[in-house]
Amino acid sequence: MFAPLLSLMLLGLVLGGLLGVAARLFRVEGNPFQTEVEALFPGSQCGQCGFPGCAPAAEAVITGKAPVTLCPPGGRTLAQALASKLGVTVDLSGIQDKAPGYAYVRENLCIGCTRCFKRCPTDAIMGGPQQIHAVFRDACTGCELCYEVCPTECIEMRPVEPTTLTWYWPKPLEAA
Amino acid sequence: MKLFRIKGGIHPQDRKQLTAGKAIEDLPLPALLHIPLQQHIGSPAAPVVHRGELVRKGQLLAHSQGAISAPVHAPTSGRVMGVGNYPAHHASGLSVPTITLKPDGAERWVAGASPPADPFRLEPAEIATRVAAAGIVGMGGATFPSAVKLNLRTRYTLQTLVVNGAECEPYLTCDDRLMQEQAAEIIDGIRIMAYALGVENVVIGIENNKPAAQSAMQAAAQAYPEIRIARLPARYPMGSEKHLVQTLTGRETPARGLTADIGVVVHNVATAFAVHDALRHGRPLLSRVVTVSGGAIRTPNNLRVLIGTPVSDLLEYCGGYTSTPARLISGGPMMGQPLPGTRVPMVKGSNGILALTRKETGGDTAMPCIRCGSCVNACPCGLVPLEMASFIRSGNLEGAVGFGLLDCIACGSCAYVCPSNIRLVQYFNYARGELTARQRAEHRQTETRRLAEQRSLRIEKQKQARREALARRKSAANNRRAPAGVES
Repeated sequence: MFAPLLSLMLLGLVLGGLLGVAARLFRVEGNPFQTEVEALFPGSQCGQCGFPGCAPAAEAVITGKAPVTLCPPGGRTLAQALASKLGVTVDLSGIQDKAPGYAYVRENLCIGCTRCFKRCPTDAIMGGPQQIHAVFRDACTGCELCYEVCPTECIEMRPVEPTTLTWYWPKPLEAA
Repeated sequence: MKLFRIKGGIHPQDRKQLTAGKAIEDLPLPALLHIPLQQHIGSPAAPVVHRGELVRKGQLLAHSQGAISAPVHAPTSGRVMGVGNYPAHHASGLSVPTITLKPDGAERWVAGASPPADPFRLEPAEIATRVAAAGIVGMGGATFPSAVKLNLRTRYTLQTLVVNGAECEPYLTCDDRLMQEQAAEIIDGIRIMAYALGVENVVIGIENNKPAAQSAMQAAAQAYPEIRIARLPARYPMGSEKHLVQTLTGRETPARGLTADIGVVVHNVATAFAVHDALRHGRPLLSRVVTVSGGAIRTPNNLRVLIGTPVSDLLEYCGGYTSTPARLISGGPMMGQPLPGTRVPMVKGSNGILALTRKETGGDTAMPCIRCGSCVNACPCGLVPLEMASFIRSGNLEGAVGFGLLDCIACGSCAYVCPSNIRLVQYFNYARGELTARQRAEHRQTETRRLAEQRSLRIEKQKQARREALARRKSAANNRRAPAGVES
């Protein structure tokens, strides 16, 4: 009667030991799923979702504290990608994709306060104290952070106009 | 010579008799020329003239930027009226940077470098450089800078130059007329290109519906045994470069590859003519031959027009409309693009202006797909258009890519045979545009992330430096106080 007991105990000890070794040997730092989800986000750390950056936002989405539709710059595409990644269903009818835009500094009103310059998450604004600021259009993500802090309201958000290079045929209308 | 069969294709009525007998006429000098800075694939040219400047014929207006680009030149002498935005020769109706030139009628040529006595004494690379400086682009409609294609010898082993004189699009006869009237010049341009490419074999492909062009080219090429004329069966899309090469050599170009992968380079006959002009006479690309045709045109014609001439001038010269056209098209009826209006200027790549009546454009209302498979038989690329379209309709673009969306040449054979009038090509064009837009967005996202990371790194570094400075100051203050404490 001791033989099965002993053999099972031995088996348990050996396998448990193996598991313990494996847990130390193949240890993964952090949550790899979170990195994957975070990679989906725009990564501009603009804070429009109410979280201090894209990493905390990803964490909130994973833990269910925030809906997958939290990211305004990501729009419908991101919401869809997040939903399929997390395996949840999402109602996309409510979200409107924000048209892409860029910030523009009206030079006659800029006083060179550097507030927008300090806030820009992608370093898209060039300027210094008492100097007129300017926006690099290619680097601007249209997150509107600068737009909010400007004391003279000299920043305006302009829509990105299509060019002959970016224009393409619309989807044909459905057959009746 | 032996020809090989290609799969699919269609036999549309060619309707070339409207203009096939019309000799090329020079269009009178227009009142204003609008020369777009981007008439080619690649980066737009950068203007080097300013408003009010007097320019001479052939003078550089804008120089090329980057490896794939082409310069533009003044088509005639006159005054630069402005550099600004003007409606583009493009289906979107958007405006593009354009130089507006008011001709003075004097046709004063620029005092430039004289052409070489013999282009065959030049280095092959020098020929490509001169072709680039002349602003020559693929004139069959693709508008890829020709010099880039002449430089392919450095990266590929090439055997054959194929010259595309197929002109398989219905209505168009500009290449046909050019081959009949300027055969010797075209053959000379072809020989210069073959020399630049370092190839031994030259094949000129001409469809059998152009017997006069075939015999004219044959006669002009008599003296050069390395040049052969291939008499191609008339079938659309014979002029697609990959299908032309397959017909002539029996070898298929790899998917999403270049014909250079199988040792062949394809140039259009009009490009060969432009190369002759550039190398023998030192003249940049200033004009091109255009077919103005269609049921709504009073007197269809073949015209040599300056680049930048408004389309309305061409229509006026041809007697205007007999009836309001259902569609105004740039290019052929199969692959051409609708024009937003007649104000737009002619560009290097526009080989036809067609004003088509309702009868010619055909049925309008799209009906549901009945899965008859006509499009599958018609597709020259061996794709399944109906499946691709249904994937795109349901929003699954990746599925369409899996069915070969990126191998589609947008020839329109499928839409031509579709009994339900489904806009198949529009589906494919939309899907490709959407995929490119997504790619662009993705690229932007990685760039944004990189910028944001760099910024947070920099801020962290600044904070660190400030902390260190504070610590240093603190310890310095402590040191100063400490000796005092000892004394007391």
